[in-house]
Order: sequence, then C-alpha cells, then structure tokens
Amino acid sequence: MAKAASKRAVKTKQPTFTKEQELKAYYNMLMIRRFEEKAGQLYGMGQIGGFCHLYIGQEAVVTGVQMAMQDGDQMITSYRDHGHMLACDMDPKGVMAELTGRSGGYSKGKGGSMHMFSREKNFYGGHGIVGAQVPIGAGLAFANKYQENGAVSVTFFGEGAANQGQVYESFNMAALWKLPVIFVIENNGYAMGTAVKRSAAKSEELYNRGSVYGIPGMQADGMDVRAVKEAAANAFDHCRSGKGPFIIEMMTYRYRGHSMSDPAKYRSKEEVKKMRQEHDPIEQAKARILEEKIATEADLKATDAAIRKIVSEAAEFAQTNPEPDPSELWTDIYLEAGE
Amino acid sequence: MPEVDLLQAVNMALTKAMETDDRVIVLGEDVGVDGGVFRATNGLIERFGAERVRDTPLSEAGITGLSVGLAAQDFRPVLEIQFMGFIYPAIDQIINHASRLRNRTRGRLTCPMVLRAPFGGGIHAPEHHSESTEAMFAHIPGLRVVIPSSPKRAYGLLLAAIENPDPVVFLEPKRIYHVQKENVEDDGKALPLDRCFVLREGSDITLITWGAMIVETLAGADQLAEDGVSAEVIDVATLTPLDTDTIFSSVEKTGRCVIVHEAARTGGFGGEIAARLAEDGLLSLLAPVKRVTGYDTVIPMPRLEHHYMPSLDRILTAAREVLEYS
Ligand SMILES: Cc1ncc(C[n+]2csc(CCOP(=O)(O)OP(=O)(O)O)c2C)c(N)n1
Ligand SMILES: [Mg+2]
Repeated sequence: MAKAASKRAVKTKQPTFTKEQELKAYYNMLMIRRFEEKAGQLYGMGQIGGFCHLYIGQEAVVTGVQMAMQDGDQMITSYRDHGHMLACDMDPKGVMAELTGRSGGYSKGKGGSMHMFSREKNFYGGHGIVGAQVPIGAGLAFANKYQENGAVSVTFFGEGAANQGQVYESFNMAALWKLPVIFVIENNGYAMGTAVKRSAAKSEELYNRGSVYGIPGMQADGMDVRAVKEAAANAFDHCRSGKGPFIIEMMTYRYRGHSMSDPAKYRSKEEVKKMRQEHDPIEQAKARILEEKIATEADLKATDAAIRKIVSEAAEFAQTNPEPDPSELWTDIYLEAGE
Repeated sequence: MPEVDLLQAVNMALTKAMETDDRVIVLGEDVGVDGGVFRATNGLIERFGAERVRDTPLSEAGITGLSVGLAAQDFRPVLEIQFMGFIYPAIDQIINHASRLRNRTRGRLTCPMVLRAPFGGGIHAPEHHSESTEAMFAHIPGLRVVIPSSPKRAYGLLLAAIENPDPVVFLEPKRIYHVQKENVEDDGKALPLDRCFVLREGSDITLITWGAMIVETLAGADQLAEDGVSAEVIDVATLTPLDTDTIFSSVEKTGRCVIVHEAARTGGFGGEIAARLAEDGLLSLLAPVKRVTGYDTVIPMPRLEHHYMPSLDRILTAAREVLEYS
C-alpha cells in the first residue's frame, strides 16, 4: 500500500470518471460488498461448507478492470472469486447457491466457493490451487491469438501466488509468443498469514517481476477504482496492439480473514481499521459522488436498498433451492456416466 | 501425562524432535507465525526461532526440492504441505528426487525428510482439500507412506518418521484431528514404522483400514460384536513397506476380510492388500475379500460428501456378506 498511499499523499492527478462511470463503479463495488457480507453471514449460520474467501476490501480491483474490458475478453482467477463472477455479470443467485451447495449453483452444488465457471460470461474459474490459473490464463490468450479474435485474457492472482514457479514459466511463454494476457497481481499484503515482505524478494516491486522477460509492469492504487480502470485500459491497449503481455500490480487490502477461520495473528486490528477508514474503495467513490453532486445521499440509499434486495433474493434462493441428487456423484466424470 | 488429541500429539512430537535433534528443521507455508493451517506447528516458532521454523513462500515445488537439498546435507527437514492436494506441484521432486536419491547415488546421498500433509474428507471442503491419494505415493519405491490414526500413534510414528533415514510421506487424517484424546507420554519414544497395529483382536473376520476410517471401522466391530461376531481390526498405519505378516496371521485366524478406505476404489491401496491375500493367503480365505471404499469420482462438496464416504452401514453390509459366504 505504501506506494499507492504516498502517491495519493502528493496528490498526483487522478484519472477522472464520467458521472455514469462513477455510478456504475459504485453500484458494482457495493454489489460485491453486500454479496460478500451476506456470504459471510450464511457461513456463520452453517449454510456454507468448507472454505469461503471473501473479497471485501478489494472490490475496486475487479470492478475497475471490468470497466476497461470488452465483450469477448476472458477472466480467470483464484478461489477469491465471488467478486470476479459478479463483475462478469454472472447471476448472484447461481453464485450464492453454489456457496450453499445447491443444485441451482453454477457447479450444481458440487464445486463450492472456489470452483465456478461460466463459458457464456467468459469466466474461466475459480481455481483452488494457488498460482495454477496463471498458465491456464496464458493458454486462454494463446487461443485468442491463434484465432485472431482480438480478445484479451485477464489473469488474476495474489501476491502470494506470485512466488509460484509456474507463474514465471507463464511469463516466459507469454512474452516469447506475445500473448494477449494481462497479469493482474492483487497485492493485498498477505498470503494467508504471511506478509508479502516475509515471502517475496523485492516485495515492493512485484510489478517488475516480468521485466527480465521484457514484460512491462506497473503498480496501481487498487483501492481507487479510477486508477484501476486507467491502468487496465492502458494494459488492454498494449495487449490489443499486439505487443504481448502486461503486468499490473494492484495495491489492495483484504479486510476479512484469509478464509473464514483465521487466527489474525499476523496483523493488528489497527492496521485493518486504518485501511477501512482511510482507503475504502466504496467510501471513496461515495464521497466523490456526493461531493460532485452526481447523486444525493437518498439516491445512494436507494441504490443500496436495491442491491440488498437482489442479494437477499440470492440468499433466499440459495437456502431453499434443492440439494444435488446423490446420482450427481456419477455425472461430469466422463461424458458418459459411469456405474 | 498430557491428554491430547491427534493434532496436539503431532505438535508434541515435532517439539520433542526439535528439542532432541538440532538437525530438525520445520518448514512450510504459514507454519511459523500462524502455526500452520490446522495449528499443528503452533508455538514452534516462539520456542525454536524463525531460522528453524521457517515460513516459506508459496512454492510447493521449490520448498520440496529445497528440503531434498537440506536432507542431502544431513538435516532432518519436516516439511508441511497445507493439504494433500497441494502436494501435486511438488510431485516431481518427491518421485524423481526424494524417493530415488539413495538409489541413484548408490547410497552416497540420502533423503531423511518428512513431508507432512493433512488428508481425507469429511470436513466439507472441496476436492484438493479432501482427497485421499495415498496409493499414488505407496506406488513409489523409496517412499514410506505413514498414516497415524490415534494420538499415541501420531506421536510415536511421527518421531519414527523423523528418525527414519529415508523420505516419509506422513499423512494426517484431519477429520479425526480432534476426535479422540489419549494420555500420551512425552518420552520421545518412536513406534515401529514397519508394523500394522491390531486395534482389536477377534476371530471371525478381519477388518483392515487406516486413517480416519478407523472410527467407522471400530464402530462396525462394535455392532458386529452385538450380533455375536468377533471382529479383528487392523490399522495398517504404514502402507509401505507393508507389514503383511500381521495381515496374513490375522486372516489365517479369521478366514474372512474386509478392507475399508476412503480413497477411490480403482487403484486404491485396498487393491494391493487384496492382491497380496490372493497371492499368498488364498488358502486361508473362506470368502472373497471385499472392499468398502470411496467411489471412482471426484470427492464432492458438502451436500454429497456423506454419500461418498464409506459409512458404517456399508461396512456392516460388506462384513455380513463376507460372513455369510460359504
Ligand atoms: C498450491 C497451493 N498451496 C497452498 C494453498 C493454500 N492457500 C490457499 S490461499 C493461500 C494464500 C494465497 O495468497 P495470495 O496469493 O496472496 O492470495 P490471497 O489469498 O491474498 O487472495 C494459500 C497458502 C493452495 N490453495 N494451493
Ligand atoms: Mg494476498
């Protein structure tokens, strides 16, 4: 955060949004936040099994990137994926029902929070193995380039994942073959309980980790949706003009624990509180909207109410939708069901 | 004598090993400050320092290879991989290097490392956090595959694994981390690594299992006892090298055998035991050996998980079929 924060302190010129963009970003970020809060509640109620990695705090990253995307571009990410799915316009009901393991979930209730996909919405998952989505994202870009379809693969991963060897194998191939892929490092400061400084050499410049392969990289304030969108737009231009991959390191922060159980021994409550109070992406957007009189407090309340309604409906669906039938144990293994 | 559960027993053994042998180094993702995902390494960093209890970057292939290098210099690395499914990025180092170092160097170099990982289902987690692919490792000559199923065995077998001069894949049945408490003497005594444990003696049927399925299998033996059937229960504990003596002498006595494991059926380690019985124990058998296993499918998320896991009912059904066979 240091870099992005100090940038803000010297008041460099911030990219600006149109009124529509401000409102859209606000809506999308708030949708993710409310969805995640509800998921957290359902988890607390025992409705969600296994793990559940919330995206709260990081909403600006996927929201800003999505705003720079074009139809046909793909997204792929890790297990911290609910925000990405909503950003890809996947149905909150289907996502929530997958979290609760119901047959109406995106993976028929058999995948859970980490494993959801939508071919129609160009969302290629949801991957539980840290770093493994990175070469897959490069593969999506390979296919794009081969077909000359003009699409870009946006491949998200955490700063912890940035230490996996296959990330560098992917950088090499992507650079060698000039693949249209944007590697988005979501640097939220921690991989589970390990602070980035304790796990990464030159941890202050992860955006530079493709430089030996000739991949340009930049750091962006991942708590400011406008900065995210601008950085992403620049990266998309780069990729679409045939220059190959691009790396953006988004400086962001997760407010909640890594998953639902987290000893929280690795950071102080004050640190979390300070980030929430001073850098919250949604509060920042709201302040701008009010200050520039794009909407009134009452308008924003109405937006929140509308979002809460969608989220409650999703939660309702996710708790009443039937569980998968045991016969589903035998489906989706091979094309033809086994015994 | 402390009353501890399986997880605490692992922690006790690690502590003991670090106290008594300064070549022991504990490393892995979040093993230090966090004390491990399941807290198996809790307190070690405070006690032994961050040099010996090393939080590593997220790099399974790298940290496994690094452990091989440490072991080649006579250290005793105890590497934690957070879940069994995360071992796969490191499989090259395990198979191509750890397991073959002794053979390839004709004994000039050895690999006394322990790779610990929680495994098995029943905690409502997705695939790679729930699976049981122990047979994959059991297939590799040069590796030992060890699975404790009680606090005492966790303590004694982990110490044995650390003392062992060859690489050990030590798989901890996480479903039963907190199921049972036992008084475990913290005496630093290792248990034998080449022996199955007879948990209950019986004369009518042999039930063979390992890991968390111990719970359902013992419950099955209880139920059978109510029907007047005396079941012998064997915890394999060390899959490789396999203690066939204990298995054969039990089956010689009972003539009937059911093998229970959570892993998928095809290629599961139960097949190996059944094959050994067919090859060398056929004449002791009064009925075909039966297996009660997970299915040949990906272990599903919570709502279907209990359909996947071998249940007490399935174990009893199989046992009764084997008992009734004539
Ligand atoms: C190969 C592998 N190793 C370990 C894990 C366990 N694990 C899940 S998330 C995580 C931390 C990842 O941190 P980061 O990449 O920074 O992403 P974040 O969780 O912060 O979004 C770890 C160690 C895993 N899922 N896969
Ligand atoms: Mg992180």
